[in-house]
Amino acid sequence: MEKDKYFHSVSLDRDECKGCTNCVKKCPTEAIRIRNGKAKIIKERCIDCGECIRTCPYHAKKAVTDNYKKIFDYTYKIALPAPTLYGQFSTAKDINIILKALKLLGFDEIYEVLTGADMVSEATKEYLKRAGIKKPVINSACPAVVRLIQIRFPNLVDHILPLMSPVECVAREARKSAVEKTGLPEDKIGVFFISPCAAKMTSYINPLGLEKSELDGVISISDIYGECASFISKLEADEDLTKATASGLSWAISGGETKSLNIEKSISVSGIRNVINVLEELDDERIDDIDFVECLACTGGCVGGALTVENPFVASARISQIAKNYDISYIEKGSIIPEDLMLEKEIEYIPVMNLGKTMKESMEIMAKTQQIYETMPRLDCGSCGAPSCNALSEDIARGFAKELDCVFKFKEKLNFLINEMNQLDD
Amino acid sequence: MTDEILSLNYQVNGSDLQSAGVASSDVKKVLRKLGVSPEIIRKVAISMYEAEINMVIHANGGTIDVSISPEQIKVVLADNGPGIANIDLAMKEGYSTAPQTIREMGFGAGMGLPNIKKYADIMNITSELGKGTTVEIIVNIPQ
Repeated sequence: MEKDKYFHSVSLDRDECKGCTNCVKKCPTEAIRIRNGKAKIIKERCIDCGECIRTCPYHAKKAVTDNYKKIFDYTYKIALPAPTLYGQFSTAKDINIILKALKLLGFDEIYEVLTGADMVSEATKEYLKRAGIKKPVINSACPAVVRLIQIRFPNLVDHILPLMSPVECVAREARKSAVEKTGLPEDKIGVFFISPCAAKMTSYINPLGLEKSELDGVISISDIYGECASFISKLEADEDLTKATASGLSWAISGGETKSLNIEKSISVSGIRNVINVLEELDDERIDDIDFVECLACTGGCVGGALTVENPFVASARISQIAKNYDISYIEKGSIIPEDLMLEKEIEYIPVMNLGKTMKESMEIMAKTQQIYETMPRLDCGSCGAPSCNALSEDIARGFAKELDCVFKFKEKLNFLINEMNQLDD
Repeated sequence: MTDEILSLNYQVNGSDLQSAGVASSDVKKVLRKLGVSPEIIRKVAISMYEAEINMVIHANGGTIDVSISPEQIKVVLADNGPGIANIDLAMKEGYSTAPQTIREMGFGAGMGLPNIKKYADIMNITSELGKGTTVEIIVNIPQ
């Protein structure tokens, strides 16, 4: 995959796009417009939450991920399945069968992301005890939420847990042990995340808080689902491949990470709009006496990811059922400290919402926006291709749209011209 | 209005505690779009939110006028409520005249005015019993 500073996993299939406004209205950061009959994503505003992928009735919104055949570019292939994968198959009640199916796809070895989740949980417990940290601490494992905070909640940036995500922790360990085990050079070892999530693809290309991702690619669960399912129907669980823990498994579900921390004063919230509401309250300091806030962009947690197949609530129930067979966690208390998993770079505010280059210029655009808005029908119908009358007013003020893009304005103008012509006839 | 000032005006509905905070939330959004620094946005948003809540709890709503210039942000909240009998007392942390019903909802802890003072660079209150209260909040933008 090409490195691009503005890379986004969420992208548009122009041929499939009908130019309807479903995605425009659904986008939580107002990052989509219809231009010339097709959706256009404003790159710097997109947080890869996947709402548009879920909502598009024509399946024109897609997530760019790596083709699974990419694994064959490497001599030694390692799969890092997200715990969400374990809830996808109605026919597999045993994780070992799913992992065996992954091996049949061509992977030499499997490192489960849930082991990384357990590491992060332990390090977070230690981190929360430290003096001087900004509370409440907000989880860092959901890249869409981190990105949302970066562009919209500058005052919450320093509340983000400064630890690596579970998948990056596991990728690092997997590569290290594979080098030791096989004697192969690092670049012959391919480490691939089996992902429920489009935003994880983006954070592999442009890592959050890390110089470089330890991954070599991200494969979507939906891509391998069919082939896995056909293997699963023929397999027996005769090999113990999993290192599952109840705690690690629960990370796939909203509230799981919080539960693994065993803290009383916490909030778990899922679904991007619910997340925004809670962050808004935090931002205004309306929530106090809370130590940890778990925000997951997808409804129900990672099981609700845009790249999954199974209904999130069904998947969630299945994972909870599977988790009953395992111990809470194997990690010994105090065996992992935050420093082991610390991010290399600070998560910073990215001001992408500015209207102009200077405050003066922005104020002029804002004043113009206000004037234009006064004349708008304020129905927020979306027919112009912008999510609201206010957004269209702003687009016009910035020179990105025209007043007659508004269908009501257009009708007004048309009626006016017809009247004029009629008067000429008289 | 000169070219250098941007005005925002809001009507605050007094009977609706749930929608209290809508105006301060909107101002926050505007300031972000103007490229105002996060620290300044925070000072304005929190002080204005407290004053907006006060208006709903004590004065059955009112009007808010916000004027933004590159040098400062001024928020004027005016109501026709009962007025404040003793402003010095009202400024004391923990002093509250909020009724029990409001306290049960988690408001009225007596931190409103002290919090406004804490976050605003300049705060002025004028109040007349039976007529209403005007709170002026000024946050300077360091040049």
